[in-house]
Amino acid sequence: MSLWALRGLRNGVVTTKWPKRPDGYADGWRGPAVVQNQDVAEPVGLGELCPTGAISAGAGASTRAVRLDQGRCILCGRCAEARPDVFAWSAGATGSDAAALTREGLVLPHLPEDDEAIGAARARLRERTAALRRSVHVRHVDGGSDGSEEWEVQALLGPVYDIHRLGVFFTASPRHADVLLVTGAGSAGMAGPLRATYEAMPDPRVVIAAGADAVSGGLLSAGLNSAGPNSAGPDSAGPDSAGPDGGSATVMGGVSGIVPVDVWVPGSPPSPFGILNALLIAVGRLADDWKGAR
Amino acid sequence: MTLPASETGAAELWEKLAARIAAGDRFAGLFAALRSPHSGDAAAGAALVLSAHVAAGAGIDTMQVALPPGAAGYPALTPLVGAAFWYERVIHDQFGVVPRGHPRLAPLVLHGSAEDHALPRHVAGYGMFTIPHGPVRSGVMESIEYLVETPGEAIPHLNMRVFYKHRGIEKRFEGMSAADGVLLAERAEGIASVAHALAYCHAIERIAGCSPPELAGLVRVLHAELERIANHVDVAAKLADAAGLAVAAARFAVHKERVLRLVSGLCGSRFGRGVVVPGGVSARPRMSPGALLTELGRLEKAVMADADSLMATSSFLDRLRTTGPLTPARAREHGALGPIGRASGFSADARTERPYDAYPSLGLLPVRAHETGDALARLAVRWDEVVQSFDLLRRVARELAGTAAGELAGTDGGGATAAACEPAAGRAAGWAEAPQGEVLYDVTLEDGRISRCHPRSASFHNLVLMHDVFAGDILTDFPFIEASFGLSVAGVAL
Ligand code: SF4
Repeated sequence: MSLWALRGLRNGVVTTKWPKRPDGYADGWRGPAVVQNQDVAEPVGLGELCPTGAISAGAGASTRAVRLDQGRCILCGRCAEARPDVFAWSAGATGSDAAALTREGLVLPHLPEDDEAIGAARARLRERTAALRRSVHVRHVDGGSDGSEEWEVQALLGPVYDIHRLGVFFTASPRHADVLLVTGAGSAGMAGPLRATYEAMPDPRVVIAAGADAVSGGLLSAGLNSAGPNSAGPDSAGPDSAGPDGGSATVMGGVSGIVPVDVWVPGSPPSPFGILNALLIAVGRLADDWKGAR
Repeated sequence: MTLPASETGAAELWEKLAARIAAGDRFAGLFAALRSPHSGDAAAGAALVLSAHVAAGAGIDTMQVALPPGAAGYPALTPLVGAAFWYERVIHDQFGVVPRGHPRLAPLVLHGSAEDHALPRHVAGYGMFTIPHGPVRSGVMESIEYLVETPGEAIPHLNMRVFYKHRGIEKRFEGMSAADGVLLAERAEGIASVAHALAYCHAIERIAGCSPPELAGLVRVLHAELERIANHVDVAAKLADAAGLAVAAARFAVHKERVLRLVSGLCGSRFGRGVVVPGGVSARPRMSPGALLTELGRLEKAVMADADSLMATSSFLDRLRTTGPLTPARAREHGALGPIGRASGFSADARTERPYDAYPSLGLLPVRAHETGDALARLAVRWDEVVQSFDLLRRVARELAGTAAGELAGTDGGGATAAACEPAAGRAAGWAEAPQGEVLYDVTLEDGRISRCHPRSASFHNLVLMHDVFAGDILTDFPFIEASFGLSVAGVAL
């Protein structure tokens, strides 16, 4: 026992200061792709680059020719590799890998009406989170993940991210939970247990969909709903907007068909910084001008 | 290929299969697929083809039999080969065909009907009750339901429901291009992304008859071994946590984070995603071999110092010793994969038995097998593997330094990272040794698209062994046993 006590002291400071101070690693990996150039001479074929249907180009009445849905992006990098003139990787969790307050908020570039909707969603969320106490309790539910998401959520409990320093705690009981953190695409088997967990939580409650699978079904639902980003994102307020379940009838298009999602986190899997950022947004811990929310 | 379409065919095949396994071969999987109309006589209707995989010497043999079109059942394999128990339940789930004589044909991966939700009871007696754990577990965990039937402290029977997470991965593969398929393979079992990508790509490469450049073989081993270290350190952190060793758990969590950061430094993804592609790898590591060697050295020192301390903490060892024992006989009979098998004297390692990528040239030797089969032996095996992985990684880094200097330029066209690999049609098996054990893929391509892909994780093959390891253990041992298995639910209910 004393052996470990001594080792604990020698541990030194490994905990990140983020978000108070920047962390060198927060942007140290690749985030979802971004559109870096709208002036594309030939948008033809851009949509076919993406295995998940995240890219739409040149179609419809949209004023923007090329749009990219980060909620569907699984970070395969094909778009940035094939058309570096149009697409690029975003860097890490605090830049454009940040969470969004509406499903449309993950589709880039934003349309004017998206920005309005985002503003309204922010106001609604602020109203609800004003009632949360200083310490916040989170219930995690795996709604059909690939397993990597759980590793990234577990990382938050370790000394490197140490969310306890921010007054955020995980709880086993939904009755004590303020935040429901959901990973996974929304498998048929988990729909009931997930819904039951949500219903057991007291108001006010905030739901986070963590990762491309939870947001849209990611690669699992791609092809089943090929309408592209302009029609992506069912009504983010309603739990009845069940996603497509075409071929396999096993996976819905993300968890928003089961519980009403407030905060949407991209990534495949989402990074620990990305999830941490979303948790702080969910509980109103970040200032309004925080660029990590959109 | 013409197959005998008869049920007696199945019975005959099972006899042969059982004889081979009795003679020392290993049962590696049983899958079913509907024979696509244009590869057989379409008029007769689609026939269900059962494919059994047997690991023998340097290869995986596939033995198959077609059932008559419309067959409602076939004689079960499980009575002869017990390891087929879960495989036949999956086939029943997927196709409704009944393996006659199967001991317990309840739904496994598909969401069951309402009556299946009544709590089953296998052990009768006064005061027996069933404690359900899950599917929403306490803590941050994957969804699975354990039903523990107990008279109190002791655990006489465990029942597992794994279907909650079923995502329809097999179905999703159908129609994908060979190049897209690897993206899905990486997401079949996310904590073993690299191993799944490798097993999938090995199958594709076998169909195409192409071999990855030497450089790609090295980069593949680099990521596969880092994935192994991350997983084994994760198991250590969970075991320490179960024992209430907060400092130890925290330190292993820090080490694991360092491994994931090293991986993201090498390729941009913390899970090595996007690295493995059919024909090779997508890019060279983004880190110089020198910087890699330095970080590996630091990491190994930190991990092994804490590993040594953990294995010298007697209160911890007491909790693991004799806990959750898997007998060598059961391990051999089932063909237990990975560290679970190796801790019970059964040593199946795809890296040494059927070596691939850079493993043959790196000269990997099998790790020492243990015999006690308890949670402690499983952890001891993991540490042996971690030591071996670091050793392999150092050699890979030195080899990479050689390729950076252009020594491979003559052999593979200037250090290319991938060979052309776009097969049109064919079928092959591919394998790789994940941290959990052998991952097996059985891939069929038609017109350049996947018509059938069966991934089989070590987690699927091994999890069923949880039934057999609770003899004499009490409820409080459960977290140790589960953590010592080190499996992922995602890989079970694909
Ligand atoms: S998944 Fe993301 S990175 Fe890959 S092509 Fe689509 S948008 Fe680009």
